[in-house]
Amino acid sequence: MSWFSKTFSSSIGRKLVVAVTGLFLCSFLVVHLIGNLQLFKSDGGASFNIYSHFMATNPIIRTMEIVLLLGFVFHIYQSLYLNRKNNSVRKVPYAYNRPQDNSNWSSRSMGLLGTVILLFLIIHLYNFFWRARFGEPNMIDIEGTGYDDLYSVVVQSFQLWWYVLIYVVAQIALGLHLYHGFSSAFHTLGLNHKKYTPAIQKFGAFFSIVVPAGFASMPLYFFIQGLLN
Amino acid sequence: MAGNNPNSKPMNLTLKVWRQKNSQAAGTLETYQIKDISPEMSFLEMMDVLNEDLLLKGIDPVAFDHDCREGICGMCSLYINGRAHGPERGTTTCQLHMRKFSDGDTITIEPWRAGPFPVLKDLCTDRSALDRIQQAGGYISVNTGGVPDANEIPIPKNIADKAFDAATCIQCGACVAACKNGSAMLFTSAKVSQLAMLPQGKVERKTRVENMVAQMDKEGFGACTNIGSCAAECPVGISLENIAMLNREYINASFTSENV
Ligand code: HEM
Ligand code: SF4
Ligand code: FES
Repeated sequence: MSWFSKTFSSSIGRKLVVAVTGLFLCSFLVVHLIGNLQLFKSDGGASFNIYSHFMATNPIIRTMEIVLLLGFVFHIYQSLYLNRKNNSVRKVPYAYNRPQDNSNWSSRSMGLLGTVILLFLIIHLYNFFWRARFGEPNMIDIEGTGYDDLYSVVVQSFQLWWYVLIYVVAQIALGLHLYHGFSSAFHTLGLNHKKYTPAIQKFGAFFSIVVPAGFASMPLYFFIQGLLN
Repeated sequence: MAGNNPNSKPMNLTLKVWRQKNSQAAGTLETYQIKDISPEMSFLEMMDVLNEDLLLKGIDPVAFDHDCREGICGMCSLYINGRAHGPERGTTTCQLHMRKFSDGDTITIEPWRAGPFPVLKDLCTDRSALDRIQQAGGYISVNTGGVPDANEIPIPKNIADKAFDAATCIQCGACVAACKNGSAMLFTSAKVSQLAMLPQGKVERKTRVENMVAQMDKEGFGACTNIGSCAAECPVGISLENIAMLNREYINASFTSENV
């Protein structure tokens, strides 16, 4: 085996891939969240539709989309590979076990939390991404130019209570995933230092609350607005 | 549940002990009643009392590992009431005292559970996988010769302290037993970082970490997911920082060593 494949098929090498892709996905979350804040502009969805059009057509964004897809593929493949291997190490389970006395639930449940996120991703992509890219466009006119009215698709979707519930549950799972994952990734990269580690842990906790809360606020906002109207 | 027993009265306990004839046989938890246990006894002394009882009744005594009984050799093990080395933090089973339990308690006692630690008999497991990780690189090659003068090689105090802390690992395997993934990263990291920090260890630094990690994977231990149960249950308090250092050492060695 070459040194390269030896490194990346070792337990630490695989974990390194999970950490690097995990942090890359975190950066994606920030961009995605900031972009989606256009939904809150009270201009009947004009900014959001223009923004969506830009995201779907700009060549740089389209290229990054492929990088993002690869990021997800590597993250999911390596983490589930390790998860499966790790679950097979203890052949006879303990009759009596108290892991809650020595560790957090979220850090022990990364596989489960990741799977919830994955299921959500499938639903989310099917409804919005697929619809935007391959669906029948519903053209509207904004300042003389035709745009697909994705804003209305979003608003319509979030009138359904169970759809909002799926989003909120998924964001809770994402928050717990990141509560462990964010600082854990730095640890995996070997970046541990007296001066910086406490700050990374604090920022990780902050990130894991603010980002999912930001995402969850959108379905909740439109659902509550629908109730009030 | 486990608590302090303030009045040093003898205790009666129910023990659920894993019994398994040999590595091939299937095992089960057997229940034994045990009387008049002094809170001053160590956990292993309580096990001795159990075995005397069993012998008198003509039952095969329970096999369990132990040696120094003073917390330094790393031979004792036991998963007690769902915790490696029992409910008290920072202690080996031999240093755990019965005053941590109360009269009438039920105590479940199981062997370390991990594929690379097969059960030999009852509570004894084969932990030689850890020896093999150590043999794969946990040493320095020096020619014998004159003894160097003390302090000839300058080592900063904080580095010496950290290396010493890593060196206190007694190779008990509690980290593996407590880990959901059955990972031996805390053990391996203690051995790697101890030598990586010291000048004497720097010569073989890169090859060492590559070989030890390869052996760790080969033995079938799980991958670390930074949960931290290992460090929480380690009787000598090996810190998680060592795992970060192992990751750093491994990544650096993989990309920069001469081993292709
Ligand atoms: C936006 C989505 C996601 C983000 C931002 C993210 C982020 C992260 C981060 C930062 C880590 C920590 C890496 C480390 O400890 O070194 C991690 C670990 C993990 N992720 Fe994700 N993740 C996402 C989606 C997923 C999905 C969809 C799955 C699985 C189906 C998944 C499964 C896992 C697992 C199992 C781990 C633990 C692996 C380990 O600790 O070895 N993640 N994730
Ligand atoms: S790191 Fe701690 S728990 Fe693991 S073998 Fe060494 S002393 Fe035992
Ligand atoms: S018997 Fe030696 S450490 Fe417990």
